[in-house]
Amino acid sequence: MASQGGQDPRLAKIASSIRVIPDFPKPGIMFQDITTLLLNPEAFKDTIDLFVERYREQNISVVAGVEARGFIFGPPIALAIGAKFVPMRKPNKLPGEVISEEYSLEYGTDTMEMHVGAVQPGDRALIVDDLIATGGTLCAAIKLIERVGAEVVECACAIELPELKGRDRLGDKPLFVLVSSDI
Amino acid sequence: MSADKDEDPRMYGIKSRIRVVPDFPKPGIMFQDITTLLLDSKAFKDTIDLFVERYKDRNISVVAGIEARGFIFGPPIALAIGAKFVPLRKPGKLPGEVISEDYVLEYGKDCLQMHIGAVQPEERALVVDDLIATGGTLCAAMNLLERVGAEVVECACVIELPDLKGRERLKGKPLYVLVESH
Repeated sequence: MASQGGQDPRLAKIASSIRVIPDFPKPGIMFQDITTLLLNPEAFKDTIDLFVERYREQNISVVAGVEARGFIFGPPIALAIGAKFVPMRKPNKLPGEVISEEYSLEYGTDTMEMHVGAVQPGDRALIVDDLIATGGTLCAAIKLIERVGAEVVECACAIELPELKGRDRLGDKPLFVLVSSDI
Repeated sequence: MSADKDEDPRMYGIKSRIRVVPDFPKPGIMFQDITTLLLDSKAFKDTIDLFVERYKDRNISVVAGIEARGFIFGPPIALAIGAKFVPLRKPGKLPGEVISEDYVLEYGKDCLQMHIGAVQPEERALVVDDLIATGGTLCAAMNLLERVGAEVVECACVIELPDLKGRERLKGKPLYVLVESH
Protein backbone atom coordinates (compact mmCIF):
# COMPACT_ATOMS: atom_id res chain seq x y z
CA MET A 1 0.00 0.00 0.00
CA ALA A 2 1.57 3.29 -1.05
CA SER A 3 1.14 6.58 0.72
CA GLN A 4 0.27 9.56 -1.44
CA GLY A 5 3.32 11.63 -2.37
CA GLY A 6 5.44 9.90 0.24
CA GLN A 7 6.79 13.11 1.72
CA ASP A 8 4.79 13.63 4.88
CA PRO A 9 6.26 11.36 7.57
CA ARG A 10 2.84 10.81 9.09
CA LEU A 11 1.55 8.99 6.02
CA ALA A 12 3.69 5.89 6.45
CA LYS A 13 2.26 5.21 9.88
CA ILE A 14 -1.27 5.85 8.66
CA ALA A 15 -0.85 3.47 5.72
CA SER A 16 0.68 0.74 7.87
CA SER A 17 -2.11 0.92 10.43
CA ILE A 18 -4.80 0.05 7.89
CA ARG A 19 -5.56 -3.67 7.86
CA VAL A 20 -6.55 -5.68 4.80
CA ILE A 21 -9.11 -8.43 5.33
CA PRO A 22 -9.38 -10.92 2.44
CA ASP A 23 -12.74 -12.15 1.19
CA PHE A 24 -14.90 -9.58 2.96
CA PRO A 25 -17.77 -8.93 2.48
CA LYS A 26 -17.54 -11.66 -0.15
CA PRO A 27 -14.88 -13.89 -1.78
CA GLY A 28 -12.33 -12.04 -3.88
CA ILE A 29 -12.69 -8.67 -2.16
CA MET A 30 -9.68 -7.40 -0.20
CA PHE A 31 -11.38 -5.18 2.39
CA GLN A 32 -9.50 -2.10 3.58
CA ASP A 33 -10.22 -1.95 7.31
CA ILE A 34 -9.69 1.43 8.97
CA THR A 35 -10.70 0.23 12.44
CA THR A 36 -7.08 -0.63 13.20
CA LEU A 37 -6.14 2.96 12.40
CA LEU A 38 -8.68 4.10 14.99
CA LEU A 39 -6.96 1.92 17.59
CA ASN A 40 -3.79 4.00 17.20
CA PRO A 41 -4.60 7.42 18.66
CA GLU A 42 -1.55 9.07 17.14
CA ALA A 43 -2.27 7.74 13.66
CA PHE A 44 -5.95 8.69 13.91
CA LYS A 45 -5.01 12.20 15.05
CA ASP A 46 -2.49 12.50 12.21
CA THR A 47 -5.18 11.45 9.71
CA ILE A 48 -7.52 14.18 10.90
CA ASP A 49 -4.70 16.74 11.07
CA LEU A 50 -3.71 16.08 7.45
CA PHE A 51 -7.27 16.85 6.31
CA VAL A 52 -7.64 19.84 8.62
CA GLU A 53 -4.37 21.37 7.43
CA ARG A 54 -5.59 21.12 3.86
CA TYR A 55 -9.07 22.56 4.43
CA ARG A 56 -8.96 25.07 7.25
CA GLU A 57 -8.14 28.07 5.06
CA GLN A 58 -10.59 27.12 2.32
CA ASN A 59 -13.76 28.62 3.83
CA ILE A 60 -15.54 25.29 4.00
CA SER A 61 -18.93 25.78 5.67
CA VAL A 62 -20.17 22.15 5.49
CA VAL A 63 -18.56 18.78 6.01
CA ALA A 64 -20.86 16.04 4.71
CA GLY A 65 -20.05 12.55 5.99
CA VAL A 66 -21.31 9.39 4.34
CA GLU A 67 -22.82 6.77 6.65
CA ALA A 68 -21.32 5.10 8.54
CA ARG A 69 -17.53 5.34 8.40
CA GLY A 70 -17.73 8.89 7.09
CA PHE A 71 -19.28 9.68 10.49
CA ILE A 72 -15.97 8.76 12.13
CA PHE A 73 -13.74 11.05 10.03
CA GLY A 74 -16.12 13.88 9.13
CA PRO A 75 -17.06 15.30 12.55
CA PRO A 76 -13.49 15.76 13.86
CA ILE A 77 -12.64 17.62 10.65
CA ALA A 78 -15.81 19.74 10.88
CA LEU A 79 -15.11 20.61 14.52
CA ALA A 80 -11.53 21.63 13.78
CA ILE A 81 -12.41 23.89 10.85
CA GLY A 82 -15.61 25.33 12.37
CA ALA A 83 -17.96 23.86 9.75
CA LYS A 84 -21.39 22.25 10.09
CA PHE A 85 -21.48 18.46 9.98
CA VAL A 86 -24.19 16.94 7.80
CA PRO A 87 -24.78 13.18 7.85
CA MET A 88 -25.63 11.55 4.51
CA ARG A 89 -27.64 8.44 5.34
CA LYS A 90 -29.26 5.25 4.11
CA PRO A 91 -33.03 5.50 3.62
CA ASN A 92 -35.38 6.09 6.54
CA LYS A 93 -32.72 6.87 9.11
CA LEU A 94 -33.02 10.67 9.06
CA PRO A 95 -36.18 12.00 10.75
CA GLY A 96 -38.13 14.82 9.15
CA GLU A 97 -37.94 16.06 5.57
CA VAL A 98 -35.22 14.65 3.36
CA ILE A 99 -34.14 14.66 -0.25
CA SER A 100 -33.04 11.38 -1.83
CA GLU A 101 -30.61 10.37 -4.53
CA GLU A 102 -30.58 6.89 -6.02
CA TYR A 103 -27.31 5.38 -7.19
CA SER A 104 -26.12 2.16 -8.84
CA LEU A 105 -24.48 -0.75 -7.10
CA GLU A 106 -22.78 -3.66 -8.78
CA TYR A 107 -26.15 -5.39 -8.58
CA GLY A 108 -29.17 -3.14 -8.08
CA THR A 109 -29.41 0.32 -6.59
CA ASP A 110 -29.25 2.07 -3.24
CA THR A 111 -30.47 5.43 -2.00
CA MET A 112 -28.75 8.19 -0.05
CA GLU A 113 -30.64 10.86 1.91
CA MET A 114 -29.86 14.31 3.27
CA HIS A 115 -31.97 16.58 5.46
CA VAL A 116 -33.82 19.40 3.77
CA GLY A 117 -32.47 22.67 5.16
CA ALA A 118 -29.15 21.29 6.38
CA VAL A 119 -27.20 22.71 3.47
CA GLN A 120 -27.96 26.15 2.01
CA PRO A 121 -27.35 27.66 -1.41
CA GLY A 122 -23.87 29.13 -1.40
CA ASP A 123 -22.47 26.73 1.19
CA ARG A 124 -18.98 25.39 0.36
CA ALA A 125 -18.92 21.67 1.08
CA LEU A 126 -16.39 18.94 1.69
CA ILE A 127 -17.58 15.34 1.36
CA VAL A 128 -15.84 12.78 3.54
CA ASP A 129 -15.82 8.98 3.53
CA ASP A 130 -13.25 6.44 4.69
CA LEU A 131 -12.67 5.05 1.20
CA ILE A 132 -13.48 5.63 -2.47
CA ALA A 133 -13.97 2.52 -4.59
CA THR A 134 -16.19 2.92 -7.68
CA GLY A 135 -17.19 6.43 -6.65
CA GLY A 136 -20.93 5.69 -6.78
CA THR A 137 -21.61 6.74 -3.20
CA LEU A 138 -19.56 9.93 -3.43
CA CYS A 139 -21.23 10.79 -6.71
CA ALA A 140 -24.66 10.53 -5.05
CA ALA A 141 -23.47 12.75 -2.22
CA ILE A 142 -22.19 15.35 -4.70
CA LYS A 143 -25.57 15.39 -6.43
CA LEU A 144 -27.48 15.90 -3.19
CA ILE A 145 -25.35 18.87 -2.25
CA GLU A 146 -25.50 20.43 -5.69
CA ARG A 147 -29.26 19.94 -5.87
CA VAL A 148 -29.69 22.36 -2.97
CA GLY A 149 -27.46 24.95 -4.60
CA ALA A 150 -24.25 24.41 -2.67
CA GLU A 151 -20.77 23.94 -4.07
CA VAL A 152 -18.73 20.78 -3.58
CA VAL A 153 -15.16 22.00 -3.10
CA GLU A 154 -13.56 18.57 -2.80
CA CYS A 155 -14.10 14.95 -1.81
CA ALA A 156 -11.77 13.61 0.85
CA CYS A 157 -11.09 9.96 1.71
CA ALA A 158 -8.48 8.16 3.75
CA ILE A 159 -8.08 5.47 1.07
CA GLU A 160 -8.49 5.21 -2.70
CA LEU A 161 -8.69 2.03 -4.79
CA PRO A 162 -7.43 3.56 -8.03
CA GLU A 163 -8.06 0.49 -10.18
CA LEU A 164 -11.79 1.00 -9.69
CA LYS A 165 -11.49 4.47 -11.26
CA GLY A 166 -13.78 6.17 -8.79
CA ARG A 167 -11.92 9.42 -9.32
CA ASP A 168 -13.22 9.53 -12.91
CA ARG A 169 -16.81 9.25 -11.71
CA LEU A 170 -16.53 12.46 -9.76
CA GLY A 171 -16.45 14.52 -12.93
CA ASP A 172 -14.85 17.87 -12.33
CA LYS A 173 -14.82 17.49 -8.56
CA PRO A 174 -11.35 17.06 -7.10
CA LEU A 175 -10.52 14.12 -4.86
CA PHE A 176 -7.94 14.15 -2.07
CA VAL A 177 -6.80 10.89 -0.49
CA LEU A 178 -4.08 9.95 1.95
CA VAL A 179 -3.41 6.37 0.91
CA SER A 180 -3.70 4.52 -2.41
CA SER A 181 -4.20 0.77 -2.45
CA ASP A 182 -3.70 -1.29 -5.56
CA ILE A 183 -4.90 -4.54 -4.01
CA MET B 1 -28.00 15.51 36.32
CA SER B 2 -25.47 17.59 38.25
CA ALA B 3 -25.99 21.21 39.21
CA ASP B 4 -22.70 22.22 37.61
CA LYS B 5 -23.73 21.10 34.17
CA ASP B 6 -27.17 22.70 34.36
CA GLU B 7 -25.62 26.04 35.20
CA ASP B 8 -22.98 25.80 32.52
CA PRO B 9 -23.75 28.56 30.01
CA ARG B 10 -23.00 26.22 27.12
CA MET B 11 -25.98 24.03 28.01
CA TYR B 12 -28.57 26.49 26.72
CA GLY B 13 -27.15 26.39 23.20
CA ILE B 14 -26.92 22.61 23.24
CA LYS B 15 -30.48 22.02 24.48
CA SER B 16 -31.98 24.52 22.09
CA ARG B 17 -30.34 22.92 19.08
CA ILE B 18 -31.90 19.49 19.58
CA ARG B 19 -34.97 19.10 17.41
CA VAL B 20 -37.96 16.92 18.27
CA VAL B 21 -39.58 15.20 15.29
CA PRO B 22 -43.04 13.78 16.09
CA ASP B 23 -44.16 10.35 14.94
CA PHE B 24 -40.72 9.09 13.90
CA PRO B 25 -39.90 6.28 13.27
CA LYS B 26 -43.53 5.45 14.01
CA PRO B 27 -46.68 7.19 15.33
CA GLY B 28 -46.49 8.24 18.95
CA ILE B 29 -42.70 8.48 19.15
CA MET B 30 -41.22 11.96 19.70
CA PHE B 31 -37.80 11.51 18.10
CA GLN B 32 -34.88 13.48 19.58
CA ASP B 33 -32.93 14.62 16.54
CA ILE B 34 -29.31 15.66 17.17
CA THR B 35 -28.57 16.51 13.53
CA THR B 36 -29.63 20.11 14.15
CA LEU B 37 -27.04 20.29 16.95
CA LEU B 38 -24.39 19.25 14.41
CA LEU B 39 -25.36 22.19 12.20
CA ASP B 40 -24.24 24.60 14.92
CA SER B 41 -20.49 24.17 15.09
CA LYS B 42 -20.16 26.04 18.39
CA ALA B 43 -22.89 23.97 20.06
CA PHE B 44 -21.38 20.75 18.69
CA LYS B 45 -17.93 21.78 19.95
CA ASP B 46 -19.41 22.67 23.37
CA THR B 47 -21.04 19.23 23.54
CA ILE B 48 -17.71 17.51 22.91
CA ASP B 49 -15.87 19.85 25.30
CA LEU B 50 -18.27 19.02 28.15
CA PHE B 51 -17.52 15.31 27.74
CA VAL B 52 -13.78 15.87 27.29
CA GLU B 53 -13.56 18.03 30.42
CA ARG B 54 -15.20 15.25 32.39
CA TYR B 55 -13.05 12.38 31.09
CA LYS B 56 -9.64 13.74 30.20
CA ASP B 57 -7.99 13.02 33.55
CA ARG B 58 -9.61 9.65 34.16
CA ASN B 59 -7.17 7.43 32.29
CA ILE B 60 -9.72 6.27 29.77
CA SER B 61 -7.92 4.18 27.16
CA VAL B 62 -10.96 3.22 25.02
CA VAL B 63 -13.96 5.13 23.75
CA ALA B 64 -16.53 2.71 22.32
CA GLY B 65 -19.14 4.29 20.08
CA ILE B 66 -22.40 2.66 19.10
CA GLU B 67 -23.35 2.64 15.42
CA ALA B 68 -24.22 5.02 13.92
CA ARG B 69 -24.77 8.22 15.92
CA GLY B 70 -22.23 7.13 18.52
CA PHE B 71 -19.72 7.38 15.66
CA ILE B 72 -20.37 11.12 15.51
CA PHE B 73 -19.71 11.88 19.19
CA GLY B 74 -17.24 9.15 20.17
CA PRO B 75 -14.27 9.90 17.87
CA PRO B 76 -13.92 13.60 18.75
CA ILE B 77 -13.92 12.64 22.44
CA ALA B 78 -11.38 9.85 21.83
CA LEU B 79 -9.09 12.15 19.88
CA ALA B 80 -9.18 14.83 22.55
CA ILE B 81 -8.41 12.47 25.43
CA GLY B 82 -5.86 10.33 23.56
CA ALA B 83 -7.92 7.14 23.67
CA LYS B 84 -8.56 4.47 21.05
CA PHE B 85 -11.90 4.58 19.27
CA VAL B 86 -13.72 1.26 18.93
CA PRO B 87 -16.86 1.06 16.77
CA LEU B 88 -19.64 -1.22 18.03
CA ARG B 89 -21.65 -2.31 15.03
CA LYS B 90 -24.71 -4.10 13.72
CA PRO B 91 -24.04 -7.64 12.50
CA GLY B 92 -22.05 -8.23 9.35
CA LYS B 93 -20.44 -4.79 9.18
CA LEU B 94 -17.11 -5.36 10.93
CA PRO B 95 -14.64 -7.39 8.85
CA GLY B 96 -12.56 -10.09 10.49
CA GLU B 97 -13.12 -11.75 13.83
CA VAL B 98 -15.82 -10.33 16.09
CA ILE B 99 -17.67 -11.12 19.29
CA SER B 100 -21.44 -10.66 19.35
CA GLU B 101 -23.96 -9.74 22.03
CA ASP B 102 -27.68 -10.22 21.46
CA TYR B 103 -30.14 -7.89 23.11
CA VAL B 104 -33.90 -7.52 23.33
CA LEU B 105 -35.94 -4.88 21.50
CA GLU B 106 -39.55 -3.92 22.08
CA TYR B 107 -40.42 -6.52 19.44
CA GLY B 108 -37.76 -9.08 18.65
CA LYS B 109 -34.05 -8.79 19.16
CA ASP B 110 -30.90 -7.23 17.74
CA CYS B 111 -27.18 -7.83 17.98
CA LEU B 112 -24.11 -5.69 18.55
CA GLN B 113 -20.58 -6.71 17.51
CA MET B 114 -17.04 -5.69 18.46
CA HIS B 115 -13.70 -6.65 16.93
CA ILE B 116 -11.67 -9.26 18.73
CA GLY B 117 -8.39 -7.71 19.84
CA ALA B 118 -9.62 -4.12 19.77
CA VAL B 119 -9.94 -3.93 23.56
CA GLN B 120 -7.57 -5.58 26.03
CA PRO B 121 -8.20 -6.84 29.56
CA GLU B 122 -8.13 -4.10 32.20
CA GLU B 123 -8.56 -1.26 29.76
CA ARG B 124 -10.74 1.57 31.08
CA ALA B 125 -13.61 2.22 28.70
CA LEU B 126 -16.20 4.88 28.05
CA VAL B 127 -19.32 3.94 26.05
CA VAL B 128 -20.83 6.72 23.94
CA ASP B 129 -24.13 7.07 22.10
CA ASP B 130 -26.28 10.04 21.16
CA LEU B 131 -29.20 8.96 23.35
CA ILE B 132 -30.23 6.44 26.00
CA ALA B 133 -33.82 5.21 25.83
CA THR B 134 -34.48 1.76 27.32
CA GLY B 135 -30.76 1.12 27.81
CA GLY B 136 -30.78 -2.14 25.85
CA THR B 137 -28.11 -1.09 23.37
CA LEU B 138 -25.84 0.40 26.03
CA CYS B 139 -26.21 -2.71 28.14
CA ALA B 140 -25.14 -4.87 25.17
CA ALA B 141 -22.17 -2.57 24.61
CA MET B 142 -21.11 -2.85 28.25
CA ASN B 143 -21.40 -6.62 28.09
CA LEU B 144 -19.09 -6.78 25.07
CA LEU B 145 -16.44 -4.71 26.82
CA GLU B 146 -16.68 -6.66 30.07
CA ARG B 147 -16.52 -9.98 28.25
CA VAL B 148 -13.02 -9.10 27.05
CA GLY B 149 -11.99 -8.05 30.55
CA ALA B 150 -12.21 -4.29 30.23
CA GLU B 151 -13.73 -2.00 32.86
CA VAL B 152 -16.60 0.23 31.83
CA VAL B 153 -15.94 3.47 33.67
CA GLU B 154 -19.08 5.26 32.53
CA CYS B 155 -21.69 5.52 29.77
CA ALA B 156 -22.05 8.96 28.19
CA CYS B 157 -24.96 10.20 26.09
CA VAL B 158 -26.09 13.60 24.91
CA ILE B 159 -29.75 12.87 25.74
CA GLU B 160 -31.59 10.68 28.24
CA LEU B 161 -35.28 9.76 28.15
CA PRO B 162 -35.63 9.18 31.91
CA ASP B 163 -39.22 7.91 31.68
CA LEU B 164 -37.87 4.79 29.94
CA LYS B 165 -35.62 4.03 32.93
CA GLY B 166 -32.60 3.07 30.85
CA ARG B 167 -30.32 4.16 33.67
CA GLU B 168 -31.49 1.15 35.69
CA ARG B 169 -30.39 -1.27 32.97
CA LEU B 170 -26.74 -0.33 33.20
CA LYS B 171 -25.87 -2.90 35.88
CA GLY B 172 -24.94 -0.24 38.38
CA LYS B 173 -22.56 1.57 36.04
CA PRO B 174 -22.76 5.34 36.07
CA LEU B 175 -24.44 7.28 33.28
CA TYR B 176 -23.63 10.85 32.38
CA VAL B 177 -25.94 12.84 30.11
CA LEU B 178 -26.18 16.47 29.12
CA VAL B 179 -29.92 16.74 28.43
CA GLU B 180 -32.98 15.01 29.87
CA SER B 181 -36.12 14.86 27.77
CA HIS B 182 -39.48 13.91 29.23
